[in-house]
Amino acid sequence: MLIKTNQSPDVTRRSFLSTSGGIALSGAALALLAGHTHIAAAASANPSSDVGILNVALGLEYEAIAAYQLGAESGLLQKPVLDTAVLFQSHHKGHRDALIATIEKLGGKAVMAKSNADYAAALSAGGLKSQTDVLTLAARLELGAVNAYLGVIPAFGDKDLAKVAARLAADETMHWSLLTSSLGKPVPVVALSFGA
Amino acid sequence: MAQAAGLALRATSLLTAVVALSVPPVGAARAADTARGGALYEARCGACHSLDAHRVGPMHRGVFGRRAGSAPGYEYSPALKGADMVWDAATLDAWLKNPETLVPGQRMGYSVADAIDRDDLVAFLRQASTR
Ligand code: HEC
Repeated sequence: MLIKTNQSPDVTRRSFLSTSGGIALSGAALALLAGHTHIAAAASANPSSDVGILNVALGLEYEAIAAYQLGAESGLLQKPVLDTAVLFQSHHKGHRDALIATIEKLGGKAVMAKSNADYAAALSAGGLKSQTDVLTLAARLELGAVNAYLGVIPAFGDKDLAKVAARLAADETMHWSLLTSSLGKPVPVVALSFGA
Repeated sequence: MAQAAGLALRATSLLTAVVALSVPPVGAARAADTARGGALYEARCGACHSLDAHRVGPMHRGVFGRRAGSAPGYEYSPALKGADMVWDAATLDAWLKNPETLVPGQRMGYSVADAIDRDDLVAFLRQASTR
């Protein structure tokens, strides 16, 4: 799986290894919120229910970050694939930051991540024996996330938040497509296969 | 060119097959399809739920016949925790159709519009709860 990015692999690798200490908003969070300065508690028809859904989405992002971390640390991923996994993980970190910023903007309290050990147990990560196993798990989680995001769109009271969910779904679809193709699996034959 | 046409043809016949499979015969009473329910579960619920582990949503094994909001170790919304309700075919169908209508203030937010899909999902949850 060779994916060209406009970052050198070194940069991606370094940012993966650096521990994220600060709570500064990532570029992705800022981009997602840009032009949405009116997203405020009062703007949403039902802010507490929107916050609830955003927190569920945040839980999905934590799980995805942990899954890529487990994959990266498993020693099962070879070099170009490893870089891609790290890149995808960085997207999920961007999603996490954007969701936390949005939840706080709405006056809500963001849920906390569980421990990596908890995620490993819930995902049966002990059973991962090969690069294919890791990529298959990642593809399964990404597809689930696509369907989950598409599925919660109608539940948002605020249309701008629905759009945020759609943009998250787009990123996860990109991940799923590349993982699927790297696993040598066919793309869907029928149209509208996502989010049914 | 001929190859492309062949490919297109193959795709069309596959599509026909898929459509034929997913549309039940008109007028026939349809028995819930547990296997199809399992596949739907994997694709639509699998992001948030597993049968045997709490994830973003609670674990599902044993959910059929269980009191709503009662799986130990999962932090439910106050709304679902306080819902005085047992999960059976009717309550599960209503939940999947529109969780917010059934339990206002819930946190799932995900719904399944198609009645046949819900039927198969509920059959799968029932089967998974007896093993
Ligand atoms: C976006 C994540 C998400 C998706 C997708 C999702 N759920 Fe849920 N589900 C949740 C959350 C979160 C809860 C807990 C709700 C609460 O506490 O109010 C829940 C609760 C439930 C419950 C109540 C369980 C109990 O112990 O009382 C059932 C049943 C359920 N979900 C079934 C399903 C089925 C079937 C699907 C697939 C069609 C599905 N869910 C898809 C997040 C999700």
